[in-house]
Amino acid sequence: MADEDDIILSELNDEELVLQMHDDLYDGLKEEIEEGVNILLERGWAPYDVLTKALVAGMTIVGADFRDGILFVPEVLLAANAMKAGMAILKPLLAETGAPRMGKMVIGTVKGDIHDIGKNLVGMMMEGAGFEVLDLGINNSVEKYLEALEAEQPDILGMSALLTTTMPYMKVVIDTMKEKGMREDYIVLVGGAPLNEEFGKAIGADAYCRDAAVAVETAKTMVARKHNTL
Amino acid sequence: MTDTLPDDNTLTEAGLAPEARTGRVLLIACGALAHEVLAVKRAGGWDHLDLQCLPANLHLWPDRIPAAVEAAVAEARHTYQQVFILYADCGTGGLLQQKCRDLRVEMLEGPHCYSFFEGNDRFAEIAETEITAFYLTDFLVRQFDAFVWRPMGFDKHPELIQMMFGNYDKLVYQAQTDDPVLDAKAQAAAERLGLAYERRFTGYGDLAVEIERIAAR
Repeated sequence: MADEDDIILSELNDEELVLQMHDDLYDGLKEEIEEGVNILLERGWAPYDVLTKALVAGMTIVGADFRDGILFVPEVLLAANAMKAGMAILKPLLAETGAPRMGKMVIGTVKGDIHDIGKNLVGMMMEGAGFEVLDLGINNSVEKYLEALEAEQPDILGMSALLTTTMPYMKVVIDTMKEKGMREDYIVLVGGAPLNEEFGKAIGADAYCRDAAVAVETAKTMVARKHNTL
Repeated sequence: MTDTLPDDNTLTEAGLAPEARTGRVLLIACGALAHEVLAVKRAGGWDHLDLQCLPANLHLWPDRIPAAVEAAVAEARHTYQQVFILYADCGTGGLLQQKCRDLRVEMLEGPHCYSFFEGNDRFAEIAETEITAFYLTDFLVRQFDAFVWRPMGFDKHPELIQMMFGNYDKLVYQAQTDDPVLDAKAQAAAERLGLAYERRFTGYGDLAVEIERIAAR
């Protein structure tokens, strides 16, 4: 923003500050986000409200504009970086104040693939939405996924791949889960640039998620449905 | 058929239209392959092959490739007996293959140009041991700023390099030609990304094999 330097965040009222934080997230301004988070906390906001109303809502705008081709990967990464900085302040406070828990997710990039930008975004947005996220990182074998599922007992398994050559590995994981009789115990969400809905169905995933915002909405819906059937 | 090419920026943003439709077979290729396809064609003396290139920068939005190919094929069918698509999957997740099947045209095998330049079989063999490699071809070395540096925002935000390339450890320059200038440029690109450097001469790999097969029909 052209007049960025003229805005004193502490002089804005709550509503203005939240909107300004949405703008600052959009512009990837990490320090301004940290400052905004601290101001709202000082004003007595609950950490969960700061997270959802200022950060997640702002990041949702970023996500929508990325989907519509208005923003590109670098801008989204800068925004994510800013959000991450805000979340780093909030995370310990959220644990103390008992934010709502939506469910638990194990997420990782599949074997042979080292790309993690999308996965990291999904993990961050899921955390922002109240999910506990265990990130397995990159290049995960079927054994590593299964080990994490058994140890963590999450609601959701998320798998990511950027390469056409590595995305079939998701089917290897799902088929192994079926063989072991554990497929129905988990919601399996898949995502990554070369994937599509047809692929998700063909490999037996519960859903293909085209971006982080869709992943969050899909996860919320499916976890609620799963809990309703228990 | 033109045997002189526009500059790389034009191949990136606009592609190459077949200026004179004189051949029997049209090769619809990615703009990033224009130099290589013409080199193979010249070496074989195959004047019955015409070349049309789609903008190389479609690779920045792979989901747009199938529709662009479909439009080019529809136009070419008025003029050519045969059309061949010189694209591999190129990040379309099988959608280009499906589109080519629907259009009844053949395309290149393999996931991307790094694979067919290396040779698809050879690339598949080394893929597992080389997952932390970032590849550049001759074209991509020449167009490094247009394809990597600027679209990734590194010119304005160098802090993004670590976020995007932190999991890579080396840059492999798959050289189609012996050109010391490109070698130096590729090495400089590796340094800018903070990666180790390796040059590997591949020549035209399976691309040459496929063009020869098409030419022999």
